[in-house]
Amino acid sequence: MTSKYTRFDKPARAENLLLQGARVIDPLHGTDQVMNLHIRDGVLQPTPTDVPAGADVVDLRGHWITPGWFDLHVHLREPGKEVAETIATGCMAAMNGGITGIACMPNTNPPLDDAASVNWVRDQARSFPVDVHVVAAVTRGRAGKELVDMSEIVEAGVRAFSDDGGPVKSSAVLSNAVQYANMLGARIFEHAEDIYLAEGGSMNESEWSTRLGISGMPTIAEAIDVARCVLISEYTGGAIHICHVSARETVELIRNAKRKGIKITGEVCPHHLLLTDEACQTFDTNFKMNPPLRGEADRQACWDAFLDGTLEVYCTDHAPHSWEDKTQEFDVAPFGIVGLETSLSLALTHFMPKGLSLEQLLDRAVYAPRRILSQPIPRIAAGEQANLTIIDATHKWKVNPDDFKSLSRNTPYGGWELTGKARGVIHRGMALIQTF
Amino acid sequence: MSLLSQKHMLGLADYSAAEIQTILDTSLQMRDILNRPVKKVPTLRGVTVVNLFLENSTRTRTSFELAEKRLSADTLNFSASGSALAKGETMLDTALNIEAMKVDVVVMRHKSPGSPHFLARHLESIIINAGDGRHEHPTQGLLDMMTLRDKYGSLKGLRVALVGDILHSRVAMSNIIGLKKMGAEVIVCGPSTLLPRGIERMGVEITNSLDEAIRRADALNILRIQLERQTAGLFPSLREYHKYFGVTRARLEQASAPLTILHPGPMNRGVEITSDVADSEHSVILQQVTNGVAVRMAVLYLLAGGRAEPSA
Repeated sequence: MTSKYTRFDKPARAENLLLQGARVIDPLHGTDQVMNLHIRDGVLQPTPTDVPAGADVVDLRGHWITPGWFDLHVHLREPGKEVAETIATGCMAAMNGGITGIACMPNTNPPLDDAASVNWVRDQARSFPVDVHVVAAVTRGRAGKELVDMSEIVEAGVRAFSDDGGPVKSSAVLSNAVQYANMLGARIFEHAEDIYLAEGGSMNESEWSTRLGISGMPTIAEAIDVARCVLISEYTGGAIHICHVSARETVELIRNAKRKGIKITGEVCPHHLLLTDEACQTFDTNFKMNPPLRGEADRQACWDAFLDGTLEVYCTDHAPHSWEDKTQEFDVAPFGIVGLETSLSLALTHFMPKGLSLEQLLDRAVYAPRRILSQPIPRIAAGEQANLTIIDATHKWKVNPDDFKSLSRNTPYGGWELTGKARGVIHRGMALIQTF
Repeated sequence: MSLLSQKHMLGLADYSAAEIQTILDTSLQMRDILNRPVKKVPTLRGVTVVNLFLENSTRTRTSFELAEKRLSADTLNFSASGSALAKGETMLDTALNIEAMKVDVVVMRHKSPGSPHFLARHLESIIINAGDGRHEHPTQGLLDMMTLRDKYGSLKGLRVALVGDILHSRVAMSNIIGLKKMGAEVIVCGPSTLLPRGIERMGVEITNSLDEAIRRADALNILRIQLERQTAGLFPSLREYHKYFGVTRARLEQASAPLTILHPGPMNRGVEITSDVADSEHSVILQQVTNGVAVRMAVLYLLAGGRAEPSA
């Protein structure tokens, strides 16, 4: 195969491309069959009988092709902390992880709290096959007081607002924001945390925080804020999305709220499905994130909720930090781990064998995030824009953080042996197809 | 290099009962040296020890420094104030710079839990934890055990109550870990807000009643209570604390047999302990201080003895 499709920094145009022999899987539209896909100028063509003239042919026998994956919770560090991640490197990390759409959080410096900054971020991503959707700040400067110019920001294409990194502290501000956003067809993403209960904490409050002498953050610090969100959503009729659910109490609150028809949605990250607070015992700061790794009962509750769809979105809370920032004392180092380049492989290696069907996985990683952002759902059919993730489901590899396209290396999965890897992405008329 | 199977002393959690036994036995020999007219041996001649104290401490630093000098090590004191750390240098850079001056042992006190473990990952030196936040203070745990063993001969089956602010106490943690490994029973006693979550999983008994702790224990290790815990809302007032958790002679008289009294210092007389208890014949608080030097000599010798010049 020609190597023209292997460039991350300047992805090639998908001008005339024949993807041969892959299993094409698009459960929402009833597709699951081995077929050839012909793409011309980024648009899917009717299945050709012969190799189209001049087409670049890629042999993808044994591979899967799904609609492009989406990560609903990503931190790009531009503007403000470009040593940890830029919009460009974040896009390349997404491409390496098989992700064609991300929602980036506004806790940059300065925060993304107006239409100009939203447009600016989107412009930086134009040369990549990745949609960058900005989740704009709820309040000006993320200061928790005045609402941002929501209507204007929604006109700029934004459908979600969050003061992520922290909660919207005032219930009055949150209630107003939910009502105003609801009027505009947008929703609030809440980083659920009672800042008083969690104050000073660096890990989950548990037997392990006691043994390690690390100040703890109780599970109820998250759940109390979620209870508040449920009540505010019910009261206002507006939708609230709960970010990075980690606690069993939270799972119960969301499950009950959904049963009552309250417009609450929830997301879960791989680390809260795979790891517990015991991992902090080496004081390795790659196990420090917020919300923190919880106990086994919490991990199990999150897994059950992920399986039954109570938590309908699979995302990573990709939080790049420089080596200098993470190589500090546990209580001094910042919260967060990177996730874009391992999430697909972790799902294939650890979640599918434990009973998550491919259909369920694609719902949580492809369709649900776009539904929550009110974005069109990609469809693999002739005449549609190609928005694809190419997966080698049997490829065995070992996570080496030095191979990441992200500028940051703060992963707890270094050295993990995984099966399945994104081979490439095709979106917005551009293609990346890696050679292993 | 080390005479133990351990390279560092990061916490008693890493040490076996047999290793603790070895340290306590060696400490007795070290105490003999302290009782000689000439209190110095050449054991660690040529070994350089830096006392990296990034949090204020007079007592522990002095005790370590004395232990190092008794063993003829070259010592250097380094504190946070006035250092490059105050100018924004990271702890790792500070430690790497000190190590580049060819030191063998770093004795470290720092407010961050796990900071000695962090240094151990990045430095070649032997690291001794002199207190990391609320995590561990292993040499304090050892000196408390040495003091109790002096008194009772063995720690097995001994009932020791830790009284006060268990939540913020590295002394409590190292005592619990060490005493449990040596076969003692541990009771923790304090107001519920100062008992950390999950402490029962460490195999201790829990009570909010000081009278009950006194009734059941052979010895009390009374922890220092700090005023800032009151301002953080963890208990209402020092006055109330003293009334319900202060160890007084009147309370101790309820016990069928006299209890041995330990305190890691510095004491708040009239708050967690009254003077008639601190200065009583059952108080071993000053023996703890003497044993502290002996224990630290033993730890330094066992970990760094292999590094001394062969002729010594």
